[in-house]
Amino acid sequence: MNTTEANAPVLKLQDIHKMFSGITAIENFSLEVYPGEIVALVGDNGAGKSTLIKIISGVHSPTSGSISIEGETVTMSNATMARSHGIEVVYQDLALADQQSVYMNMFLGREPVNGLGLLDRRRMIAETENLVKELDVRIPSAHATIRDLSGGQRQGVAIARATHWASKLILLDEPTAALGVAETAKVEEIVLSLKRRNIGVLIISHSLDQVFKLSDRICVLRRGKQIGVRETAKTDKNEIIAMITGLQQQ
Amino acid sequence: MSSANTSAASQGLANRFNLQQYVVYLGFLAIFLFFAVVLKDSGFLTVRNLSNIVLQTAPATIMAIGLVFVMSAGEIDLSIGSTVAVAALAAAVTLGHYGLVAGVLAGLGAGLLIGLLNGALVAYVKLPSFLVTLATLGLFAGVSRSMTDLRSIPVTDSVFTGFFGSGVFLGIPSLIWWTAIAVAIGHIIYRETRFGAHVLATGDNARAASVSGISVPRIRLAVMAISGGLAGLAGLLYAGRLQAAKYTLGETDLMTVIAAVIVGGTLLNGGRGSIIGALVGSLMMGMLNNGLILMGLSVSDQMIVRGLIILAAVAVSLREKSR
Ligand SMILES: Nc1ncnc2c1ncn2[C@@H]1O[C@H](COP(=O)(O)OP(=O)(O)OP(=O)(O)O)[C@@H](O)[C@H]1O
Ligand SMILES: [Mg+2]
Repeated sequence: MNTTEANAPVLKLQDIHKMFSGITAIENFSLEVYPGEIVALVGDNGAGKSTLIKIISGVHSPTSGSISIEGETVTMSNATMARSHGIEVVYQDLALADQQSVYMNMFLGREPVNGLGLLDRRRMIAETENLVKELDVRIPSAHATIRDLSGGQRQGVAIARATHWASKLILLDEPTAALGVAETAKVEEIVLSLKRRNIGVLIISHSLDQVFKLSDRICVLRRGKQIGVRETAKTDKNEIIAMITGLQQQ
Repeated sequence: MSSANTSAASQGLANRFNLQQYVVYLGFLAIFLFFAVVLKDSGFLTVRNLSNIVLQTAPATIMAIGLVFVMSAGEIDLSIGSTVAVAALAAAVTLGHYGLVAGVLAGLGAGLLIGLLNGALVAYVKLPSFLVTLATLGLFAGVSRSMTDLRSIPVTDSVFTGFFGSGVFLGIPSLIWWTAIAVAIGHIIYRETRFGAHVLATGDNARAASVSGISVPRIRLAVMAISGGLAGLAGLLYAGRLQAAKYTLGETDLMTVIAAVIVGGTLLNGGRGSIIGALVGSLMMGMLNNGLILMGLSVSDQMIVRGLIILAAVAVSLREKSR
């Protein structure tokens, strides 16, 4: 695994700029994520973290700069392309269809069909039930409607969906924001299992405890500017807080 | 906290399971029983009268199927009210000049084109469907009037009137065949195909659908086209049954069809719906019409009572759905 880590990064961002109608949201952003590596993206509210995730996943296109996946430069004009490159995302708003069942959400946009071209519900339900059991996310049933779930359960569905489909890279935008203590621990476990599957992880979190527990490297963003990248083992919370806020800690 | 959430959720689930799904069937049954008792000497319960109700509602049911797709995708189509007349007139005029096949294609084509026009404006120009179809409702009401200078066009081709109107096949009237086939195909596409699932996802959360790789504009275009095409078919059924086409066809159907769809369990805001529910809703509206006429109400009283009952039915079904 360490040999592949030394090889090509799964994701490479070079000089990414993003303007929203004249306002700069991201400038001069460059970052590499290697297979099996967990990189944390931290910064205050409005720093541009979600925008960056959406650029990588193809929801927004960068104003300038390049994105490469496994050494190959790609232009991502929509979310389908990112998914076809094995990139999965847990968005901050989860992107779930509230009135549909858990299993339909799990397969949203990728529903399997049988020989007659009809939805293969049995397969979707069975795979969803397996996954829910495997990841130990407590959801009443694969048939449950999303809006009848609690905030944590909804987050569980979004995370289960992303981990199910990701083959190279997973982008997590505050995946534990709505979760209790036990559920947070479970998600952290899932993130570490992705590392074992040699999948690259880019995780946004406001919890520095979590960042230090999970990540290999930490990238700090402040008002759209990349302040720096640190190896987790070689930094401490004070330094990261100083980088996030721009103030010196005593 | 999480256990409180879970129990509230399962309670909500039970609630909606009991009422929302079945409100249309209960309403149908209640109205049926009411008329069966009140009108027992006026011929309401005769086979002839009951089958008449189904025949008369065929065009509305066909339109309702299209509207279930449209509303499930979070859109609305008000233009069906005038699409029906344009399609019927196009079919009748073309039929007279160029024969049966051309007439049928002209009617369906007119509906489909209107649907595609609505759909393109909604999906690609990104205008709200309410405003687009309100405008095209008026536009094509004008077109249908000018097409034949307000004249009614007779439809004499007996193959056409048999196929789309008064014919009988295997002992079952052709209008019932049309209803049954359209409901069956519509139900399968809606419930059992990826397209149906994508329609629901689009109406439920267009952004989630979009990041899941669903082409939201294409879905919007498709549902509007389906609605236009089915309104065109409804126009053919009117022309076939009445053996004539006129600009007034379908004029009063819009409210009935929207009510049938909503009462049948389709959410106005998208994401959830039922083709079978729309069928039952449409039959319920037809039964209401029929019963009020048999009760001897004047036309204006019929309109008032029907309006009130639709209001009540829609209020009940919407209350159940919006928690
Ligand atoms: N679609 C958009 N159009 C215009 N401005 C936008 C858009 N999306 C984001 N922005 C702006 O870009 C900046 C960065 O927003 P972003 O959502 O990336 O912040 P964030 O770091 O994820 O914050 P939080 O921690 O609150 O989630 C904000 O100033 C926001 O207003
Ligand atoms: Mg954010």
